[in-house]
Amino acid sequence: MAQGPSPPQRSRDFGGTRQALWAGVRLAFGVPAVVLSASYLGFGALAQQVDLEIWHALFSVVTAWALPGQVALVELYADGASILAIAVAVALTNARLLPMAITLMTLVRAPGTPRWQYYLAAHWVAVTGWALAMRDCPAMPPEQRRPFFMGISLVLWTVSLLGTALGFALAGSVPSYITLGLVFLNPIYFMLVVAGDVRGVSRILAAVLGALAGPLLYLATPDWSLLLTGVGVGSLAYLVGQARAGRT
Amino acid sequence: MTEVSLWWPFAVMLAGAAVTYAWRALGVVLSGRIAPQGKLFEWIACIAYALLSGLIARMILLPAGPLAEVPLADRLGAAILGLAVFFLARRNMPLGVVSAVAALMALSWARGAGVL
Repeated sequence: MAQGPSPPQRSRDFGGTRQALWAGVRLAFGVPAVVLSASYLGFGALAQQVDLEIWHALFSVVTAWALPGQVALVELYADGASILAIAVAVALTNARLLPMAITLMTLVRAPGTPRWQYYLAAHWVAVTGWALAMRDCPAMPPEQRRPFFMGISLVLWTVSLLGTALGFALAGSVPSYITLGLVFLNPIYFMLVVAGDVRGVSRILAAVLGALAGPLLYLATPDWSLLLTGVGVGSLAYLVGQARAGRT
Repeated sequence: MTEVSLWWPFAVMLAGAAVTYAWRALGVVLSGRIAPQGKLFEWIACIAYALLSGLIARMILLPAGPLAEVPLADRLGAAILGLAVFFLARRNMPLGVVSAVAALMALSWARGAGVL
């Protein structure tokens, strides 16, 4: 995450799929693992505060593993919302996973890979691993990209479970300003991941305009704001980028 | 703890997981038809970044959970500080995260203690 912009070249050949997997593991076993486990401290704490069992929280991490949707689910559950209302809210919150999965699964495609492998890998499409893989994978031989992504994701998945359990155990025993800091960690980390890893004029424009439009549209129409932000702002940024590329 | 309150959350979470995975699986279905260097790929990537960025901004500016109790100025100030430190320190992720979170904790502590 510390490197500057680099042109996509085939400069990162790890020598094999197994080595690529370990390269992903090593990359994740640093700042990403620390911050993601700390973010899940907040989720574990939240689950404890609404009187769920630790197994509920861990089950959610294993099966869903997309933090904003999980937080929305627990908050709505605590409010007594119906299962249908919860499912709709979670689906809208997680709609970002569709374009994320399309782009990443296109990028990691390699000849001779059984199709089920992509359906398996897709379960781990989430902000941190996606941003790292989108940044690093174009420079790798195609057959090493999915193992690299899986290496990152399996580390992050594991530390998310540990963070959740620890957060559940700690909740209520630390002062409230510390709990607030833990909950704040998640959006801040996501913000810096996107700010640090986004490349190219149209994608940078999409990220900046999305940050401005997202909250404003949410005030206007909470239900449709994410969809409008994604398709509207994303398309606008794409067109501006295309126009600029056409001129030069 | 009754039967219902033990098993019902599992059902709710399974429903949440199912709709979440549906997006990912649909992504795999659609991914085979797109060229990674093509314009369609770039358009979808722009949508992904805009969606992600909009969601993150909302989590900071209009949070639903415990952060809603923190004044907007504190959340915004801490986030801007984190961004500034991150870029000034040559994209140093730990330093950016720690400075933003520490700022928010310090502000919350100060308000709680009556210093602010």
